[in-house]
Order: sequence, then structure tokens, then C-alpha cells
Amino acid sequence: MANIALNGLVKKYGSTTAVHGIDLQVKDGEFVVLVGPSGCGKSTTLRMIAGLEDISGGTITIDGRVVNEAEPKDRNIAMVFQNYAIYPHMSVAQNIGFGLYTSKLPEHEKKKRIEETAKILGLEKLLDRRPSQLSGGQRQRVAIGRAMVRNPAAFLFDEPLSNLDAQLRTQMRLEIKKLHQRLGTTIVFVTHDQVEAMTMADRIVVMRDGHILQVGTPMELYENPQDIFTARFIGSPTMNLLPAHLAEKAGRTVAEIDGLEASVAVPADYAKAASGSEVFVGVRPHDLVVGAEAGEGSFALSGAVSVVEPLGPETLVHLDVGGTSIIASAPGKVIPQAGQRVTVHATPGSLYLFDKKTERALCRL
Amino acid sequence: MTTAPLSAHGARRGFPVRPGRIITWTLLFLGGLVMVTPILFMLSTSLKDASQVYDLRLIPEAPSLDNYVTVLSDGRFLRWFINSLIVAVCVTLSNVFFDSLVGYTLAKFNFRGRYLVFIAILSTLMIPTEMLVIPWYLMASNFGWIDTYWGIMFPGMMTAFGTFLMKQFFETVPDEFLEAARVDGLNEFTIWWRVAMPLVTPALSALAIFTFLGNWTAFFWPLIVTNSRDLYTLPVGLSSFAVEQAIQWEMIMTGASLATIPTLIVFLLLQRYIVRGVMLAGLKG
Ligand SMILES: Nc1ncnc2c1ncn2[C@@H]1O[C@H](COP(=O)(O)OP(=O)(O)OP(=O)(O)O)[C@@H](O)[C@H]1O
Ligand SMILES: [Mg+2]
Repeated sequence: MANIALNGLVKKYGSTTAVHGIDLQVKDGEFVVLVGPSGCGKSTTLRMIAGLEDISGGTITIDGRVVNEAEPKDRNIAMVFQNYAIYPHMSVAQNIGFGLYTSKLPEHEKKKRIEETAKILGLEKLLDRRPSQLSGGQRQRVAIGRAMVRNPAAFLFDEPLSNLDAQLRTQMRLEIKKLHQRLGTTIVFVTHDQVEAMTMADRIVVMRDGHILQVGTPMELYENPQDIFTARFIGSPTMNLLPAHLAEKAGRTVAEIDGLEASVAVPADYAKAASGSEVFVGVRPHDLVVGAEAGEGSFALSGAVSVVEPLGPETLVHLDVGGTSIIASAPGKVIPQAGQRVTVHATPGSLYLFDKKTERALCRL
Repeated sequence: MTTAPLSAHGARRGFPVRPGRIITWTLLFLGGLVMVTPILFMLSTSLKDASQVYDLRLIPEAPSLDNYVTVLSDGRFLRWFINSLIVAVCVTLSNVFFDSLVGYTLAKFNFRGRYLVFIAILSTLMIPTEMLVIPWYLMASNFGWIDTYWGIMFPGMMTAFGTFLMKQFFETVPDEFLEAARVDGLNEFTIWWRVAMPLVTPALSALAIFTFLGNWTAFFWPLIVTNSRDLYTLPVGLSSFAVEQAIQWEMIMTGASLATIPTLIVFLLLQRYIVRGVMLAGLKG
């Protein structure tokens, strides 16, 4: 059980800075996911928490103790790596038991722990096997077992699922989440897959270029992204962004979509906050529905269908709207034809307004 | 897609074999013959008596093991054999330990001057042994190492080649293996010994075979640094058969035949690990 605090954490590699002074509080028992594109500093941050990288600035506190100078072994944390890092020359039992290598427990106690761990992970029949005789998912379970057996204060995972195929990934995602519910141990999990982040996290930390952009629960990030990057990173398919500009029309401020007839009213206060008149209007494909009733104040766009992707419960419809291509959705049974002209509607409150220059979110419309 | 399985089947079932294959097999056979003939002559001579030595037939007229009895009951041979064994085993263990310790450090730790150290070690490879013998001898005589086991062994206790070989192999060991152990609380020495070393067994086996063979057959330096017959290694001892009286070829060949035994044992023992190691290397994670 541990809480972890990062204060102004910096990592420099020579002249390049990989992590720019980030602050983060991870509460005891919390499942926090660091997410962001490749090279944004997720692994570096995790490795600093583990003690595998020196810290160039700031502090890391685990359970109230500053551990900047502490060796990995003195931090009581366990880490699971992307390539499993289980030893090919050892059996499953030896690999799991390796986590107890330095422990002073008596042998029979170690054996019991190994067996318990194997049972939780469904590995009890495989204890004598070598890693080469295991499937990818089983190997990853062994790696998790080795981390679990020590009963650490926190687990660190660095993209542990990225070597697994899609189906196994979904399954392991669930298993790790269940494991967290069962053990209640603090977890910091790194991934570049937003679906993993959304489905597992108590809180998500969105990172980009060594900065933290936003921290929040999955729904907070989905509903109230603070900038364009987070808005487009969280949620699949990606949010549509329509270039627009602010204008005065009949005494009201509106955002007029560039090159189209469409416009949306913007509360004057928010319009003032914008750095200029250039903005983006964002709308998620799920909120932009083909064949929806045009209600009071709803936002409408029409265009030609270029591609349809039926997914079963719904169909993704790619539209060409005045030269901009956007993604909308249609209920599963409605499958428009390519080339057909359709009108899509979004209900009030489902649009987002972003400042084009600062990329910050201004308000929801 | 269709031709490859066909030709593989063809070869196995005795269909006409491609001409390339025939040439390859012929060359390999000739090469093997060239290698094996001296060994066969050695064995055959060891079974002949002195009068037949210059009769170059491969199958001795009246093969007998008398030479073996003579050689083995001569205390000197056994002594030299043991000397060689002590030297070769100690030097091999030392190389396996120190070469890989240094190789590991150079491969896996970032420290100031690492590159310089590596270059310095490599550059010693360019100095031929002949040039080193005199400094070695002066050193040995200054320290009183002449005519001691240590005197025979010290120049080879660590080699630049072995260090280089091990460094290259340790570089192929993923850092994650070591980091996982670090997080699990192992100290650096234990990580090296329990995690890194088992992962490079193929390289260790190769290094052990080379080092053992090199030292088992070493002649020049042991000849220079030893004076008393009791400290001769096997090659030096066997050659002394040649200078003493008339050259006793049958005795030399008998000794040489016996001398191949440890080499064979070392090879057979370690070869297994080389094959297993190659298979291990092919697996992900
Ligand atoms: N040893 C190193 N030396 C120099 N630069 C490094 C080193 N390790 C990482 N970096 C740089 O630091 C930045 C962050 O790297 P990091 O590995 O943390 O990214 P990441 O978010 O984990 O990406 P990925 O999703 O690809 O794993 C990258 O720009 C990378 O090039
Ligand atoms: Mg990474």
C-alpha cells in the first residue's frame, strides 16, 4: 500500500529534456494510467519511479519518504516490463519465486506464496514449464506473478500488453483490472493505447512531449478535455475538428464553420477568452448522428458519404463536408450508400469549442 | 511457395539431388579427410611397435596396446598430464569468470572512460605473442614465478579476445532482464551471476572450449618458463621424448592420443550447451 507523489520531476538526457517538471499525486490503492504518444516520456517517468533512471530535478515521494537517492530494491515496488523479462533458463515456479530471491522468508513459506500466486493467475498447472513452452499471455502472467509474489507497495507496468494480440489484450486488460480490485495495490500503468487507459484507469494522466496535459477520471477526460490533443487522443474514433471563426451576427457571437453555411452560437464570455477569431468546433462521431431528428438548436451538417464502416451496433460514416472529411455515426441498421448525400445532426451541448492558436478548450456548446 | 516444399521433399526421398549439393558434399568430405588423416595416423602409430613406425600402413600389422601400458605406467606422463590439466582448467575458469565480468561491465554499465578502456583492451590484441614472451619472462623472473604453476598460467588468466567476445554477447542480453532483477532487489554481482551469465551460456561454452584447447596444447611459453621436468606440461613433456634418445614416435603418438581425451570430453560436455543456447536465442522474451 503506498501513495506516490511526483513534484517538479525532471529528466534530462544530455541536452534534451525528456520530462519537464511534472507534478502528480497517486493515492493509495489507485489505478493510474499514464497515456500519450510514443516518446512523450511515459516510460522515463515510470523508470524514475522504479529507481532505474537517475532524477535530474524534483522529487519522488513514496509513502511520505523522498526516494530520489534510494536504490530500486529499497523502494518496495515491483515492475512488469513490455517484453515480460522472464528468464528463459528458469521454470515458471523459479521465475515467480525470483521475486522472493532476496526475501528472508523460510523456504516452505516461499513455496506457499509461489503456489498461491500461481493459483490467482491460473498458472498452477504450468509451474514446471519453461517460458519457451508458454503462450504470450501465459508469459505475461508469469511476469505479473513475479511482481505479485513479493507483495509490493505498488506495481509499475510499462506497456505490458503491447506484445499480445488484440483478443488476448482485451482479456489481460480485464484480468489486471480484476487483480487490482482484489489486491487493492497502487498501480501506475503506462500505455499508448487510449482504450486501455479508458477501460482500466481510476485516473488517466495524459502526457505529451514531457508535460502532463491533463489528469482526470476517464469520463472527465472524455467529457471535458482541456485541449485539442486530449480531446482527439481520448475517444475512438477521434473527435472531428471543423475550422471555424468567431463572428458577430444579429448581435450574437457565433462560430461560423469555414466554407460552410453552418454556425453555432457562442456565449459572449467564452468568445472574449479566445486569443483571436480562429477557432475549431469539435464534435465526436458518436454525437454526430445520421438520420437523427433535427431538434431545437441542433447542429446540422450535410455532405456526401465517402466510406461506410458497419460495426454491427452502429455504422461509422465518413462524410465529405465542403472539402473537409469528417466521421459521423449511424444506428446499426441504417447503412447509407457511398455517394449518397446525408444530413447529420448533433444535439446542443455535444459540441466543443477550441482556441486554434493556444489549442485550449474554450467551452462546450 | 510451391517449389520450395517440392525440392525439400525431393531431396529427402532420393529424387535427383541438385549439382550444388554434390559439390558441397564432396568438398566437405575432402576437408574432413584432410583433418582426420593425421589423427588416424596418430592412433595407428600408437598401436604399432617401434620397428613398424616407418611402415606407413594405416592398419598396423600386429596392433597392441603395449605402448599405452608403457606410457601410463611411466610416472612422468601422468605427472605432465595432471600439470596440463591443472593449468588448462585454472586458466579456463579464470577466463570464464574474469573475461565475462569485464565484458559485462563494458557492455552494460555507462561510466566515464568506458570506451577508452574497451579500446585499450582491444589494442592489446594487436601485439603478437612473440613480442610479449620476453617481457613476460622478465616479469616472471623478477617475481620469482619461473618454474611455478602460476608462472605458466599468469599470461593467460584473462584475454582481450575473451573479454571482447563476452562483451559482444552481453550486449545482446536485453536490459529489461537486468532491470527486472534490479527492481526485485538483487545486487549487481548477483544479477550478473544469476541472470546475465546463464543467458550467455553459448558464448561461455565457446570461450571455455577455445581457452581449454589453447592451454592444453600450449607449448612455447610452458617450455620457456619451466625448468624442472616435474612441472612440464604434456606437450613439453612429450617433446622431451623426442630429444632425449632416438625419437620414439610410437610413444609420442601414444601420449598425443591420450592427450586428446580431455579435449574430447570438454567438447562433448559443452557442445550440448551451445546447441541449447542457440535454440534459446531464437525465442522472444
Ligand atoms: N537513454 C536515453 N538517452 C537519450 N534520450 C532518451 C533516452 N531514453 C529516452 N530518451 C528520450 O526521451 C524521450 C521519452 O522517452 P520515453 O521512453 O519515456 O518515451 P515513451 O513515452 O515511453 O514512448 P513509447 O511509447 O515509445 O515507449 C524520447 O524522446 C526519447 O528519445
Ligand atoms: Mg515506453
